[in-house]
Amino acid sequence: MSDAKHNSEDYLRMYRQMVRIRTFEDNANQLYLSAKMPGLTHMYSGEEAVAVGICEALTDDDRITSTHRGHGHCVAKGAEFKEMFCELLGKEEGYCRGKGGSMHIADQSHGNLGANAIVGGSMGIATGSALRAKLQGSDDVTVCFFGDGATAQGLWYEVMNMAALWKLPVIYACENNGYSEYTKTEEIAAGSITARAEAFGIEAHQVDGQDVLAVNALTRKLVDRARKGEGPFFIELMTYRYHGHHVGDINREYYRSKDEEKDWKENRDPIVRFRGWLVEQGIASEDEIEAMNAEIKKDASDAVAYAEAAKYPEASEVDMHVYAD
Amino acid sequence: MREITLSQAVNEAIAEEMRRDETVFLIGEDVAEAGTPFKVLSGLVDEFGTDRVIDTPIAEPGFVGLAVGAAMTGARPIVDLMFGDFIYLVMDQLCNQAAKQHYMSGGKLKVPMVLRTNLGATRRSAAQHSQSLQALVAHIPGLKVALPSSAYEAKGLMKTAIRDNNPVVIFEDKLMYQDKAPVPEGEFLIPFGEANVKREGGDITLIATSSMVQVAEKAAETLAAEGIEAEVIDPRTIVPLDEATLLDSVKKTSRAIVIDEGHQSYGVTAEIASRLTEKAFYHLDAPVLRMGAMDVPVPFSPALEDLTVPTPEAVVENARKLCAGEMIHAA
Ligand SMILES: Cc1ncc(C[n+]2csc(CCOP(=O)(O)OP(=O)(O)O)c2C)c(N)n1
Ligand SMILES: [Mg+2]
Repeated sequence: MSDAKHNSEDYLRMYRQMVRIRTFEDNANQLYLSAKMPGLTHMYSGEEAVAVGICEALTDDDRITSTHRGHGHCVAKGAEFKEMFCELLGKEEGYCRGKGGSMHIADQSHGNLGANAIVGGSMGIATGSALRAKLQGSDDVTVCFFGDGATAQGLWYEVMNMAALWKLPVIYACENNGYSEYTKTEEIAAGSITARAEAFGIEAHQVDGQDVLAVNALTRKLVDRARKGEGPFFIELMTYRYHGHHVGDINREYYRSKDEEKDWKENRDPIVRFRGWLVEQGIASEDEIEAMNAEIKKDASDAVAYAEAAKYPEASEVDMHVYAD
Repeated sequence: MREITLSQAVNEAIAEEMRRDETVFLIGEDVAEAGTPFKVLSGLVDEFGTDRVIDTPIAEPGFVGLAVGAAMTGARPIVDLMFGDFIYLVMDQLCNQAAKQHYMSGGKLKVPMVLRTNLGATRRSAAQHSQSLQALVAHIPGLKVALPSSAYEAKGLMKTAIRDNNPVVIFEDKLMYQDKAPVPEGEFLIPFGEANVKREGGDITLIATSSMVQVAEKAAETLAAEGIEAEVIDPRTIVPLDEATLLDSVKKTSRAIVIDEGHQSYGVTAEIASRLTEKAFYHLDAPVLRMGAMDVPVPFSPALEDLTVPTPEAVVENARKLCAGEMIHAA
């Protein structure tokens, strides 16, 4: 715990960011259920400590690449609710001007290189960003988020090899939530995932992804070392998604039991755990925490209302941005 | 006749062929218990077991490669590629490996496999889950390409594909999975290279594929009310292409619009239009028009996405102009 961010402000910010993600997702789910959101979305609820623990160890110059389950990464890397909800609803003021939607949501100004709807599709991008950092002598680090399912993609093995050969400042962060779509990880992954990175000589760690302090402490160490040219690194974060694969995946007992879901939610919730710790350490009182939760809730509902009333892009935008000037 | 959904039609075709031929097996992501995200393959694992309905890791080039090898050595794999957009991931296995084995071996090796996937925008799924990429594979000699436009075609074409001795790529319209159509009970096959004249008319020919057949049919209804008789033709397979039926129609109507949901430039519409122009030029009263998806990545926002695909209204407007002798593209 000692190497995690260590003043009360940092802790409270981590807590706030986790609650912001959960609140964003609750609202997104509600928008889906009330048929106000176009398409489907993949909820990050349950995995908050992963995105927050990692992104709180990064600066704005550090980059990340995100996934189809990307709202959490987006919030954690500094995005605002208003532009995020606008994007979710396909409005002009969205981060991607409504062109990306849930699966491509990203605030590029804080170093988020985009959410990718191709599983494993950002592994090359993240590693390329790290190559650029090395070539240009910058000390920024790139974190590549992906799921356990994405470890089956061949691209990962190609880029890990190069990242290791050239000591690139990239951290591969595998969010192992136990499932890829409707399949358990053990049915699709042979052997050990950390051993795969180790086979390339890459230092690999496994960490409790429901413990934000543990995630943050580990990431801070690895980021520091990556800046000094000691990368790449691999982290497997053991976590859990609370919802279905996407918001439409409601009847899921055929692949995941209700008891299992209940156990993760009731006994290992990253927000409840951290909140307990904050109170126990005297960093915040229950009342202060409740006030923070309420404020975040209000921010979110204000942002939703704003996004609902916001404009769609003009028709003339449809063929804009195909080519850069 | 009974009506079933396109999804049921595909399921039935595969089940019948798996019963008929033990060498047929299914492979892909979440095909077994989950029956695919669109639930098209639900129940097949119960009948055929996990040896013949195989769930894979998310490793598309890997399992397409396995299918190629299995097909070359005596099996008839059906590969499920969850979204048509993922075809880019498997291009080497499909285009360098599957498509070329027969030719490179002087006819000694063959690759009897089916790759079933989908196409179609307007599902609010953004640029990486909405593409219609049939032109990419149709470009590669050695691959056959089928584009069912209803449950009936979905069943008949799938059965033919499974029995074909070549790699066949079938694109289903993912927005049509729940659409019902009359499908006969019992066995029937639709031969490849036989277009279907969906509606007869003497004024203009609307050649439409897959998702665009309904668009053309709607346009034809509107046009009929205005006294313009459109002939609607569904090629059903673009490789092989039933040129004769298309040419006969165009020689009769002397006007044609070709409609396909792939990007317009360098696409299916371009190929068909140029064949008509080359082979029926002296019968034409107007340039053959292409209507494809706009040449942009598919945007998420409904306000933009709906602008990118051909609509019945747009087809009607173009058909009216062609029939009135109005210029659409000034020289
Ligand atoms: C290349 C590719 N194959 C398949 C899919 C369909 N798909 C979307 S998410 C997903 C599961 C991903 O699992 P994982 O990487 O563990 O991420 P999680 O959803 O659990 O966060 C699949 C198969 C895709 N988007 N891209
Ligand atoms: Mg997963």
